[in-house]
Amino acid sequence: MSEAIHAASRTATNDGTSASVESSDTSLPEVPRAMRCAARGIKKAFGATPILRGVDLEIPEGTFAVLVGPSGCGKSTLLRLVAGLEEADEGAITLADRDVTHLPPRDRDVAMVFQSYALYPHLTVRDNLAFGLKLRGTSTAEIDERIEEASAMLGLAKLLDRLPKQLSGGQRQRVAMGRAIVRRPTIFLFDEPLSNLDAALRAEVRVEIRRLHDRLGATTLYVTHDQVEAMTLADSLWVLNGGLVEQKGPPLEIYERPRTKFVATFLGSPQMNLLSGRLVKEGGLVFAEGGGVRSRVDDERFRSELDDGREVTIGVRPHDMFLAKGDAPKIAELKVEIVEALGSEAFAHGWLTSSGPTVIARLDAADARTVKPGSVIPLGAAPTSIHLFDAATDRALA
Amino acid sequence: MSARSKRGSALEAVLVHALLLVAVVYALYPVLWVVTLALSKAGGIEPRVIPVPHGADEITLDNFRLVTGAGDPERSWLFARQLVNSLVVSFATAATAVAIATPAAYALARFEFVGKRSGLRGMLLTQMFPGVASAVPLYLILDALHLLDTRSGLVLVYAATAVPFAVFQLRGAFLAIPVDLEEAAMVDGATRTQAFLKVALPAARPAIAVTALFAFMSAWNEFILAATLLGRESAFTLPVVLQSYVGEYSTQWGAFAAGAILVSVPVMVLFYVAQRQLLSGLTAGGVKG
Repeated sequence: MSEAIHAASRTATNDGTSASVESSDTSLPEVPRAMRCAARGIKKAFGATPILRGVDLEIPEGTFAVLVGPSGCGKSTLLRLVAGLEEADEGAITLADRDVTHLPPRDRDVAMVFQSYALYPHLTVRDNLAFGLKLRGTSTAEIDERIEEASAMLGLAKLLDRLPKQLSGGQRQRVAMGRAIVRRPTIFLFDEPLSNLDAALRAEVRVEIRRLHDRLGATTLYVTHDQVEAMTLADSLWVLNGGLVEQKGPPLEIYERPRTKFVATFLGSPQMNLLSGRLVKEGGLVFAEGGGVRSRVDDERFRSELDDGREVTIGVRPHDMFLAKGDAPKIAELKVEIVEALGSEAFAHGWLTSSGPTVIARLDAADARTVKPGSVIPLGAAPTSIHLFDAATDRALA
Repeated sequence: MSARSKRGSALEAVLVHALLLVAVVYALYPVLWVVTLALSKAGGIEPRVIPVPHGADEITLDNFRLVTGAGDPERSWLFARQLVNSLVVSFATAATAVAIATPAAYALARFEFVGKRSGLRGMLLTQMFPGVASAVPLYLILDALHLLDTRSGLVLVYAATAVPFAVFQLRGAFLAIPVDLEEAAMVDGATRTQAFLKVALPAARPAIAVTALFAFMSAWNEFILAATLLGRESAFTLPVVLQSYVGEYSTQWGAFAAGAILVSVPVMVLFYVAQRQLLSGLTAGGVKG
């Protein structure tokens, strides 16, 4: 089915080489080829407030790309620029090798799922799905065929004659996706499509979106502030902060090797613990010390820059910490304030030093029963899981 | 449910209905008087606490015959003409006001342009003065345009006063329609104009219906300007006709009441027809929530 849908519109192919294209800030705007969607040197300000400050974006054919970042980072603006709902102050955008920078939305061949779903309230589900096709002069037979196909895919067959107000939130969401699917666009754009659903439905639809993407082989650009959506959906994750791309790559790679303190704390829940400290060299080994932590550092990973006495921020994810038992080397002692037991696991909140910040450590469900508030527990962490950031620049040591 | 709470809810129902009954009587009592007056003989009926005719011999349709000129072809033709005047003027006022106000309100709701704020303020300013205040200049203007004593002249005046209010009302309606809807249409392949015509306009339909109804009613009920600007009897609208039954020395209350009922009927029919539009919030369900 995915072949049937996309064979006609498939013009670019992913040769796998394009993801490494970097901007050479001097010659704007030149856009890399063989990309389903590419943006180069995008700048956009609203009044005096800069929103995007020079962003490059490349999405190869068939890729699920996710833009993630805190509110105000410019992710939705970037999506709207790709859709043509805003025009960039500077830079160029191509879709399937076609420069669309100055084209209106209708000439860009994109389909968008809005956060509010934006279903036409006066039209039935069927007419909502048919709206874009009718405007483009698609034949009635073709419209019927595509609606049938999309509604079978999304389970909308029984809802086709209803009005949007007669649908539940989840159903509306599916109609919004159906409206995009029947269009068979160059690229699917999603603007926080799950944020109006309750938690259970959100998880369900999240999987559904990924399943649809895999089935259609469609190129997708998806905006979210939810790191779970970002991590689970993305082939290619773009972390935005302050109008710039802070880091891009496969989600797990970014999670495991965050390049800045911002990325480290933004991805992962609970947040990575951060403590001010310094590097200490003892007998050929490197230790990170400070804020109540003393841990060996995996010097295989940090071959350079590990000077004795260097000021650093030490980062350890709660999930990388454990209750140090027996001979296991401990890196810190946690004075427990609260234990949050989630059933399968637990989180101990507390302090390593009397003046230090709150630290969170993951515990096994079994340990959660024995650890009580007020007790002091030894924590361990593998040297490979210790992250180090330069204290001055907040960039990760490489 | 226990017997006690069943008794409680029965008592509650009785109280609620008693209260509703009082409200209905309060609302309908004057109407009852008008209906009784319209149906009673020329001399009127004695003042009574409960104004209902005593026996069939007190009931007559004479007043309606008088007002509509039944039996007198010339008078009934005149009445028909005056009724048509009222209908034409009111419908034309509603249509003109909505036709001008809808695009204006949309532009004021969606676009930024020079003079937007001062334009809105200017329109608000015009609402501060009653129409009568400008009766004399309006008379002079219509005279200069040779539009005195004409329906089109009256429509021009009514529409001019109805447009600012309609713009405010419809601007609010367009502001309440999420921009997302039009953006979705434009991504789907619509031009700006198509997004307006195919999405924003249908979504604003209940508000447009209400606005049109208000414009219709303000024109339908307007008396002072009509009385000032219309001189010929054949150009009169119904409120002016109605007023002619209130004389300097005597008042034909029966005819006045019958006329009042006849004038009310079209408005009641309109409300009945439009009630679905008036009550339905068509935007519900289009976006989240």
